[in-house]
Amino acid sequence: MKSLAELAAIRDKMAQTMNLREENRDTDKIKIVVGMATCGIAAGARPVMNAFVDEVNKRQLKHVMVSQVGCIGMCRLEPMAEVFMPDGSKTTYVKLTDEKARRIVNEHIVNGKIVYEYTIGAAEK
Amino acid sequence: MELARSHVLVCGGTGCTAGGSENLIKSLETEIKAKGLDKEVKVVRTGCFGLCEEGPNMIIYPEGVFYSHVKVTDVPEIVEEHLYKGRIVKRLLYKEIVEGDVTKSLNDTPFYKKQMRIALRNCGVIDPENIEEYIAMDGYRALGKALTEMKPADVIDVVLRSGLRGRGGAGFPTGMKWKFAAASPGPKKYVCCNADEGDPGAFMDRSVLEGDPHAVIEAMIIAGYAIGSDEGYIYVRAEYPIAVKRLNTAIKQAKEYGLLGKDIFGTGFNFDLNIRLGAGAFVCGEETALMTSIEGHRGEPRSRPPFPAVKGLFGKPTILNNVETFANVAQIILNGPEWFSAIGTEKSKGTKVFALGGKITNTGLVEIPMGTTLREIVEDIGGGVPNGKKFKAAQTGGPSGGCIPAQHFDTPIDYDNLIAIGSMMGSGGLIVMDEDTCMVDIAKFFLQFTVDESCGKCAPCRLGIRKLLDILEKITSGNGEMEDLDRLEELCVHIKNTALCGLGQTAPNPVLSTLRYFRDEYVAHVRDKRCPAGVCKSLLTYEIDPNKCTGCTLCARNCPVGAITGELKKPHVIDKSKCIKCGVCASKCKFKAISKK
Repeated sequence: MKSLAELAAIRDKMAQTMNLREENRDTDKIKIVVGMATCGIAAGARPVMNAFVDEVNKRQLKHVMVSQVGCIGMCRLEPMAEVFMPDGSKTTYVKLTDEKARRIVNEHIVNGKIVYEYTIGAAEK
Repeated sequence: MELARSHVLVCGGTGCTAGGSENLIKSLETEIKAKGLDKEVKVVRTGCFGLCEEGPNMIIYPEGVFYSHVKVTDVPEIVEEHLYKGRIVKRLLYKEIVEGDVTKSLNDTPFYKKQMRIALRNCGVIDPENIEEYIAMDGYRALGKALTEMKPADVIDVVLRSGLRGRGGAGFPTGMKWKFAAASPGPKKYVCCNADEGDPGAFMDRSVLEGDPHAVIEAMIIAGYAIGSDEGYIYVRAEYPIAVKRLNTAIKQAKEYGLLGKDIFGTGFNFDLNIRLGAGAFVCGEETALMTSIEGHRGEPRSRPPFPAVKGLFGKPTILNNVETFANVAQIILNGPEWFSAIGTEKSKGTKVFALGGKITNTGLVEIPMGTTLREIVEDIGGGVPNGKKFKAAQTGGPSGGCIPAQHFDTPIDYDNLIAIGSMMGSGGLIVMDEDTCMVDIAKFFLQFTVDESCGKCAPCRLGIRKLLDILEKITSGNGEMEDLDRLEELCVHIKNTALCGLGQTAPNPVLSTLRYFRDEYVAHVRDKRCPAGVCKSLLTYEIDPNKCTGCTLCARNCPVGAITGELKKPHVIDKSKCIKCGVCASKCKFKAISKK
């Protein structure tokens, strides 16, 4: 270790990993929850979740947590994911794919613009 | 690894390891791999979470779900349900976080709510064998700050102003120690860490070393910079194999990262660390004996002065601090002395780690701000005395400390208050005793320990404590006289005043404090030849109540010495000359007809 910068570099590299271990309740974090029941997994929820995790890590989004839940209840629309904002608002996305997940991270999480065409409202019209 | 979406933290402290957590980790890794989750889920072996009573323990993030009493057979369900499908395995949840249908945060449970973790901040959070995880939690940043932005005198000043006092027992101000050593002239000085934790029931230092070894290493380097030393020794018990292994790993990694060795942070400052294993002699926790032992001699204390700050290890100026003391240092440098001194009481700053043991629901490791009352520790955090028994006393300070009775339950705990009520902080063992504990027997237990552990160098300790024990044995065997109580007190005072080192000077404390608060129990033993708690065998008698006895013969058949006789379906009697008071009859009787008095 020859400089403080070197130390800081290691710290930043590890920050995302360690960030996961903070208590995630009642914080100001954005939560992405992927439906991972049998129906979700069968419809391809696993690659979707991995895409979320990958994209969040790539962009070093420390305020975002990716988690999983059981069956949300609309198995025909799986793979599904819900985005919870710190203000309590919720957006439900349906029939997701790897690419759609990445776009949601880029547009909704990073830029704050809901991707309406993927939401449950658009699918149910 | 960077992509892991979930971390499974498994406690790898000694308690949970004994409960089988190594097998849990192996099984988890196998199951996770079988489900193809090994790229998404990372299994981390951490240090102690503190809730040893509930072990083996496991926390799964990001949800922060706490599973307790986990067995290897539970692992497939956890992997299938929680990690694969995202459904929490409710039956394994730590009981305190379940409230009806909802689970609450671990930080809201009674055990964790009143705690404040500074020395234990990384225990149970990071992988102690991965230096990068420590760095991620601001590790070695305090060292960087000290070396690049502060002068040695500034470091000492910060530690002084923080009010940090030695966590090993006596509570000497840490900054003063450093100041004295820094003022001692000489090119060669040493930094020593006392990890020879010897009090029965204490395991704070072990947990810090197992859970966060780098915190100690970082602080020792900072101390080296402060006093002008380039070499340190950690003296740790050989009975702590996990701690020794993790320390060795940590030192190796620190060297690889250039945090130990030459020219640290490019400042030209050098520091190296060595480990010495102690053979488990209690006296080697005393500072002069510890240094004598490091030098390779028989671990015996010597008289002070000269103090180690002037003439210590290998005759050079030396500081010796306890593991927990060191574990606070980096946080003080980072957050400032004002932050630290805002915590705690007027003369005792910061927090203290306690190892809760004895008759208490939540056996484990807790860290509380100084000034927390004994009641809060025992009842709120510790969950109270189990089986509906009554709290009688708490023992702090191990064989050097004393017993705190129920009347001082609301005393805020700090160094000075504990001394005022006849005990001492000690290293932090806190043993809870219920109504079934005989206080004379407890005093005897600790004296047996100090008699065994006395190094024999000075007569007051070698002979005096032996004599104290003889008197106690006389009392508990029913042969005591009232004059014995005065003899005990007189002898205690002499030993305290004349023994060479801390071991002898404090060894009478268990006797003095029990005499002070539980004199009636001593009197009952001596005058009435009775042990009120029913512990001292020589003073017990077992009797069969003829009104309750149905003559089932169960007791007679189980008595190992054939002391019980009687006809079938008629009340039995115990022959007291034969009875060895083992209590088997009373535990076998289905009609509660046998009582001990």
